[in-house]
Amino acid sequence: MAVFALVFLAPIAYSIYLSVFRTQLVGGTSFVGFDNYRQALTDPLFWDGLGRVSLFLVVQVPIMLGIALLVALAIDGGRLYGKSFFRISIFMPYAVPAVVASLMWGFMYGTRFGLVGNLNDLLGTAIPDPLSPDLILAAIGNIVTWEFVGYNMLIFYSALRVVPHSLYEAAEIDGASQWQVVRAIKIPAIRGALVIATIFSIIGSFQLFNEPSILQSLAPNAITTSYTPNLYAYSLSFSGQQYNYSATVAIIMGLITMVIAYVVQLRGMRKES
Amino acid sequence: MTARPRRALRAAALLGVASLALTACAGGGDTAGSSQDPVDSETALEEGGEITVWAWDPTLESVAADFEAEHPNVTVNLENVGTGNDQYTALQNAVAAGNGVPDVAQIEFYALPQFALAQSLTDLTTFGADELEGTFTPGPWQSVTASGGVSALPTDSGPMALFYNQRVFDEHGLEVPTTWAEYEEVARALHDADPDAYLTNDVGDAGFTTSLIWQAGGRPYQVDGTDVTIDFSDPGTRTFVDTWQTMIDDDLVAPIGSWSDEWYQGLSDGSIASLVIGAWMRGNLESSVPDAAGDWAVAPMPQWEDGQSVTAENGGSSLAVPAASENAALAYEFVEYATVGEGIATRVEEGAFPATVAELEDPEFRGEEFEYFGGQAVNEVLADSAAQVAEGWQYLPFQVYANSIFNDTVGQAYVSDTTLDEGLAAWQESSVAYGDEQGFTVTE
Amino acid sequence: MTALTASATGRPSPRLRSTLRPDRPRRPRSTLTTVLTGIVLVYSLVPLVWLVINATKTQADLFTSFGLWFGADFALWQNVVDTLTYDDGIFLRWFGNTLLYVVLGAGGATFLAILGGYGLAKFDFPGKRWVFAIVIGAVAVPGTALAVPTFLMFSQMGLTNTPWSVIIPSLIAPFGLYLMWTFSAEAIPTELLEAARMDGSGEFRTFFRISLPLLAPGIVTVLLFTMVATWNNYFLPLIMLRDSSWYPLTLGLNAWNAQAATAGGEAIFNLVITGSLLTILPLIVAFLLLQRYWQSGLAAGGVKE
Repeated sequence: MAVFALVFLAPIAYSIYLSVFRTQLVGGTSFVGFDNYRQALTDPLFWDGLGRVSLFLVVQVPIMLGIALLVALAIDGGRLYGKSFFRISIFMPYAVPAVVASLMWGFMYGTRFGLVGNLNDLLGTAIPDPLSPDLILAAIGNIVTWEFVGYNMLIFYSALRVVPHSLYEAAEIDGASQWQVVRAIKIPAIRGALVIATIFSIIGSFQLFNEPSILQSLAPNAITTSYTPNLYAYSLSFSGQQYNYSATVAIIMGLITMVIAYVVQLRGMRKES
Repeated sequence: MTARPRRALRAAALLGVASLALTACAGGGDTAGSSQDPVDSETALEEGGEITVWAWDPTLESVAADFEAEHPNVTVNLENVGTGNDQYTALQNAVAAGNGVPDVAQIEFYALPQFALAQSLTDLTTFGADELEGTFTPGPWQSVTASGGVSALPTDSGPMALFYNQRVFDEHGLEVPTTWAEYEEVARALHDADPDAYLTNDVGDAGFTTSLIWQAGGRPYQVDGTDVTIDFSDPGTRTFVDTWQTMIDDDLVAPIGSWSDEWYQGLSDGSIASLVIGAWMRGNLESSVPDAAGDWAVAPMPQWEDGQSVTAENGGSSLAVPAASENAALAYEFVEYATVGEGIATRVEEGAFPATVAELEDPEFRGEEFEYFGGQAVNEVLADSAAQVAEGWQYLPFQVYANSIFNDTVGQAYVSDTTLDEGLAAWQESSVAYGDEQGFTVTE
Repeated sequence: MTALTASATGRPSPRLRSTLRPDRPRRPRSTLTTVLTGIVLVYSLVPLVWLVINATKTQADLFTSFGLWFGADFALWQNVVDTLTYDDGIFLRWFGNTLLYVVLGAGGATFLAILGGYGLAKFDFPGKRWVFAIVIGAVAVPGTALAVPTFLMFSQMGLTNTPWSVIIPSLIAPFGLYLMWTFSAEAIPTELLEAARMDGSGEFRTFFRISLPLLAPGIVTVLLFTMVATWNNYFLPLIMLRDSSWYPLTLGLNAWNAQAATAGGEAIFNLVITGSLLTILPLIVAFLLLQRYWQSGLAAGGVKE
């Protein structure tokens, strides 16, 4: 618990402390009360970033969890050839550090010499540049999906494994179809897992940082320094030395994330009971 | 599990620490080495000691080893903390935290004013560095003295020149351009002849853009202490914008970011046929594009007006002694050894491009024929460029930040309908806003 | 004898069938499902295949050959050797550092998560709901936001640029704590603990004798997650460490990648790619070896509400 305090509570307290001051390169530090908060809440860059991760959240998370759920159901359904091979293979990208994954996909996204370019040459297709401003969010979504489909799949799969067999047997006696079994038994049974996976995915989306930050060197114009709120906070403190404002942005982001995660959890739990 | 009161105490103690850290943060560095008495260099070297050097320049490794060999009592810890921005971040953090600051730090010219203004660096005049004027070429010297005093000593410089792929030029019967107007024509001819090939690449690079404006006579930044002027509407900037906007509009620059793997591929296979870039590129081509050996050649930088010979600096870095160094005298000895002493020879041998007049005028240096460049005496062109750098350029005291948002603003001109003009205006606006916020007096 | 004949003819006796029956009625395998799942499989594996293939290429082949097929030279061994020996074998040093961080960081995090999770699940105390809120909150606070304050604090304590600056923050794994909490709640029947307490067994004795064995699958699962988290940790060491001899692999690889962008530097993309491959191999091996444990760990309650 002392470690917990050291690693979480103290920095949070310190961030809050920082957020009510302003330090200037010229003129030093002064107490500014809630000025930083006022500024952040009217900062278009912050809202743009928040809008972007929200869009990401609304599109990428359902796709990722959907695929994960389908695969988990497919593997659990026993209608698959070589299911343990599938299970471990699809999980494997989780072992790849985000840094390495982004570097790797970055190499592959290249339209001239990368895999995308190779494919265009080979098939005569015209896959557009994934690193252009219009597509970059999708490109990032793809990397994140790739990294975490297997992880979420495994969570769902594990939850499915503990569904009591008696339920299935009962359903079979009733002559329920596969689809009915899925809807009536499996999905409700793993609601807890779904809620947790959703919460962690939401948090992950709001904290989006590693992937855009590494792709930034490849697509500097598409990924601005305020591309995601987290990246913005980082740029503020590390390029701009605006530690105070950066702390403010981080705190607001943390609060928003907490509130949303909490709401999702409440809703998820209520439905369950 | 019964230790709750103690826990609370611990947290309180931590908060105390936290506020201490803030105080340190607010205090910044001490007044730059003013308390330092001129020190007898012999004493410092004999007494010896340990110094920590943060640098990413690979040639400094041998220099440090030689320095240690020459002065047995001295230990040099050379640490690569990251390149450019990564290191500045680490340095800023260390200065803010008030500990872990190195004794010597490599800092690029464009970032120097930022550290100098925050008084994070020792003024090397204390050690008599002001007498070294004339030892270095004008461009670099101007950069290290821009903030008053001598903030650092230049290690290498980046006078610009045109690196071009002779093989591609021959293949398409292209003439080496001497003006930017010709450069544009050649770019068009090449891209028409081979749609996969481009004369150069650019996706928006703050260093490149400011260097070209510099060469064109633009002086968008004027700095006097904390009074800053930012104005991208002067004639020099106009000249650059007019030409470069056409290059972008007509799809004459490859949309490939410098330093990416695709960039190296393009340099290797000739689909990026030239670069107007700092002299240090010589070493990078040799080490990182070995497959194109024999293809590349170097010519003087294209001119904005026919018959001129004006160049600018692109990149280049220096070694500074942070104010928090506890062994500044010894640190300075190392800096001097590496930048004006015997270290230069070692570094030049390993491929660095020097910033000292003596080396640049040395017939042996100028006459060296490079196998990679088909036997061309490349240094001659590069050294001439160093002597022709236009005077009077200044960087902002917050250039690191300004450059970090370059792609947010000007970069948009490369990927959308935004024009360079609008981009530069947006860049100016953001820079001004930041300057204001940081307490500078900014005029547009 | 009868059983033997029966099975030989493919018609096992009813008794035998009932014991051998798989957990669930075996349904016909479906080609369609296999194909659909196969698409996801290909999606998951192609980048890894790309990585393996490109680890066999020389720097020159990387630039000139098709991404999903081998280049002119098969240079895997050369690349591996180069990776391991480049810059006096710094890669091995990074590897060792990463192991150190994983053993101490992930090990410690797991230990704390077990204690904390178990305590929260099996002991009632006021403010428990708040603890839960704080734990979820801790997960929600952006790591980047904590980085700078943590750095400044650690710097005051003289911890930056030491392995401790990486290990101490990784000791806290909110997700691990959460997992152990729910797992303890599920896996250890409270009645069992009460029975033990009635018998006069001390809390510690109860914990080690009764609870710990029951928690084993959960522990392996948490260990695996914290291991992955520590192994893949990038941002924190980026800020905390300056001395490249304390770098973990991720940071080292990025430094190699950045080297291409240095005046006087040498582009070593082939080593970056081979290094990436070598970085993920140990984790994949760990996944495979520990498969049985972590799967049951997740299943038995890790993610149940």
